[in-house]
Amino acid sequence: MVRVDNRLIFEMSSRGRTGYTMPKLDVPALSDDDAVPRKFRREKPPELPEVSEPEVVRHFTNISVLNHHVDRDFYPLGSCTMKYNPKVNDRAAALPGMSDIHPLAPEEVSQGALALLFDLKTMLAEITGLPAVTLQPAAGAQGELTAMLMCRRYHIDRGQPERDKVIIPDSAHGTNPATVRIAGMKVIEIKSNAAGLVDLEALKAALGPETAAMMLTNPNTLGIFERDVEIITALVHEAGGLVYMDGANMNALAGQIRPGDMGFDMMHLNLHKTFSQPHGGGGPGAGPVCVRADLAPYLPAPEVVRDADGRFRLDYDRPKSIGRLHGHHGNYGALVRTTAYLWLLGREGVERMSRMAVINANYLMTKLAPIFELPYAGPCMHECVLSGRKFKSNGVRTMDIAKRILDFGMYAPTVYFPLIVEEALMIEPTESETKDTLDRFVEIMRTIAREALENPEIVKNAPHTTPVRRPDEGKAAREAKLRWRPAAG
Amino acid sequence: MLEAIGVRRFEDLLLSLPEKLRLKGHLDIHPGRSEWEVVRDISALGNQNAGAGRYTCFLGGGIYDHHIPSVIDHVTMRSEFYTAYTPYQAEVSQGTLIAIYEFQTMISELTGLPVANASLYDGASAAGEAALLAASVTGRSKTIIAGRFHPHYRDTLKTYVEMSGHQVVVDPAPDHVADLDWLKANLDDSTAAVFVQHPNFFGQLEAMDEIRELTQAKGGLFVAVVDPSTLGILAPPGAYGADIAVGECQPLGIPMAYGGPVAGFFAANQKYLRQMPGRLVGETVDRDGKRCWTLTLQTREQHIRREKATSNICTNQTLLAHRATVYMSLLGPAGIRELGEQCHARASHAARTIAAIPGYSIPLSGAHVKEFVVQCPVPAADVVRCGLEHQILAGLDLGRFDSAWKDLLLVAVTEKRSAADILKLSEVLAAAAASSVGSGGPRG
Repeated sequence: MVRVDNRLIFEMSSRGRTGYTMPKLDVPALSDDDAVPRKFRREKPPELPEVSEPEVVRHFTNISVLNHHVDRDFYPLGSCTMKYNPKVNDRAAALPGMSDIHPLAPEEVSQGALALLFDLKTMLAEITGLPAVTLQPAAGAQGELTAMLMCRRYHIDRGQPERDKVIIPDSAHGTNPATVRIAGMKVIEIKSNAAGLVDLEALKAALGPETAAMMLTNPNTLGIFERDVEIITALVHEAGGLVYMDGANMNALAGQIRPGDMGFDMMHLNLHKTFSQPHGGGGPGAGPVCVRADLAPYLPAPEVVRDADGRFRLDYDRPKSIGRLHGHHGNYGALVRTTAYLWLLGREGVERMSRMAVINANYLMTKLAPIFELPYAGPCMHECVLSGRKFKSNGVRTMDIAKRILDFGMYAPTVYFPLIVEEALMIEPTESETKDTLDRFVEIMRTIAREALENPEIVKNAPHTTPVRRPDEGKAAREAKLRWRPAAG
Repeated sequence: MLEAIGVRRFEDLLLSLPEKLRLKGHLDIHPGRSEWEVVRDISALGNQNAGAGRYTCFLGGGIYDHHIPSVIDHVTMRSEFYTAYTPYQAEVSQGTLIAIYEFQTMISELTGLPVANASLYDGASAAGEAALLAASVTGRSKTIIAGRFHPHYRDTLKTYVEMSGHQVVVDPAPDHVADLDWLKANLDDSTAAVFVQHPNFFGQLEAMDEIRELTQAKGGLFVAVVDPSTLGILAPPGAYGADIAVGECQPLGIPMAYGGPVAGFFAANQKYLRQMPGRLVGETVDRDGKRCWTLTLQTREQHIRREKATSNICTNQTLLAHRATVYMSLLGPAGIRELGEQCHARASHAARTIAAIPGYSIPLSGAHVKEFVVQCPVPAADVVRCGLEHQILAGLDLGRFDSAWKDLLLVAVTEKRSAADILKLSEVLAAAAASSVGSGGPRG
């Protein structure tokens, strides 16, 4: 379908139109005494669009259909866990007493919210094997920051402020090193071994009296489980460091094995990945942090606790806490959705979730490996990383393949990540997909691979059928046109 | 499928997991529930909370009970927006990209600053990110908080910068607005930024011009923390020379939801563009010369810069930014002004009504536009408790933050609070004072 109206909302504006109603003012109009002093007043009104309600509805409806989304078809974006999210989650979050409650309401009239948070903490502690939980971080990266700040505080508290080096494998997501720096520590990057796993010798060489922690994604960003995880956690502990698990890939493990049992001391979870949030075009997510019991004093304040009489309250009296990371209690609405999801799934559902995610990923890996290239041998966990380098000699890059997938009505995998794989394609099917969908995807990939060899131009010039084709990113960055302005004259 | 993979059983795929660590039995969580049971059980919890559908809400302190137009749920809950992710593949993400570009434009207009990002987690963490930016561009280590600043924002800001060796100095603000003499004494060549909330935590307007002048004379960045619902009537940060403006989009069509998910905004002077945290959408053309939009300037971001990035933010709050965009589209310039005027008129009426109740007063003389402090004849906690008996959230007991403020109640009045609501509040306040007299007279 061709979109006819491609105006921005500002370009639809016509003087005097509005799309709102406001209650009639039933109190006296402002007296001169109450008026805002002139120097504080706004002189020039903001140039917001002047449009009617139906125009607003049509505009946002019309632009929305330009998006690909999970409810439409397959979205194999590796590392992002684009699973289907049961609609009951959203219904739960919108219920009276859930969406319309104020974060500073007295605790005696917030018992339902506090009980829900407490129950969610209990479930996440059980799933991770790490008993102390904060739900405050608003996203995975903020969860990482929470954990690294706690780590820093922990070492300072123990009289070892010199421990400020954090070891990170070269396959890690960019948030890991960025977080370490903001937490006031330094990054030591270690190379992965030939199997794509942590190189134990490199790790040993990096460990020392200044080691604060190691950040490890497990399964790693290649979708491979770190088979030496017990040795790794033991080595870091021996050196006096903490081991942090980046839980981005927890969809592979939940209900199969617990990070706490593997020796991890702290981790974050991405609720928008493993525990079902609508991704919303880039958030909201939520990034709870789970830690071992003796690290609990460092968790952010306030914490939800249950008193002996069974009542819930927020505990602000946490002298060792790293403090706050959010104005209130984090992304509560996301926490309600995850609670609904976990209540719906229950223990068997959680186990089935990771089992199906792993089977789906291995099925795709097996089917796609002969068509592309599998740089690191499987089996994989919840996702697999392939390389498209064999098409380079025909002038076809992985980005071209990704763009060509869009022509077939599916989303592209994550590309060029992890950085250690040349021409990487990172594919995560999740448990939501049926074998039929996976087979359709394999067929599409087979077609594209054939095109790349026989008719590379069609791939190099892809996409052909999307609303727009290959935006000029260089121009966007050079000109940095980041807001609309009326045309001159 | 297992056969196609070439294994006999699922467990064969997990051979790299240490066998002795594998979970043997079930997780100790409940068995699954039906969809109906989930709704029933969460509804039951909801009934234990003071939802604004049942309680009349005069609580503010950063989160406000504004009306949410029906259109917002209707269009932002479309699967196309709701179930997409970060618009990495611009070709099939123009809907999200256009909506973010419109958001950036509207925030730029509201704040009067040339560039705004695609949103951050919330207002408090946006202040934290602004402090990181200021420290990074100035190479200085001191952050000053002037005036009566939201304690949660203060705490969040400290969490963001203190661990990397930065110092945060907080104005005691004895008059509940910035103490300019204190500020002069504390401003120096090591000052990276001065943060001021306006209207401040107590609803007071701050001397933004004077603070900007003092700050910039010392080479520090002037950061305004503002409530966008007031920017239809109050001068925008750009007009009084702020380098950065941050704040909370919640008043713009986002449910209170116990404080989240909401969305922070971040707008700045052009020269800080390259250091700005968070995602940015820019206009460009596609291969056929057609106007379109894409994520841009990603070389600032953590996935490229890694440990050299000034922020670690990745996923933000796009869906909430969409809500604010639809809200601002519906209101337009006239609506955003009327919103500010209505809150202001209703708040002024509430303040006058309360000041007439024996024992109560409005202790701060400065102008307020949406929220104000009430001096109570009894502890504010007692007033709040009395309100609950009448399904009224009477306001915020400021004694929660400082025992010296135990008789102070912070009252927020949105466009939803009718004359009758305000009358009901005043009756609660009168009753709270009277019941305290009956039980031994006013305290403190």
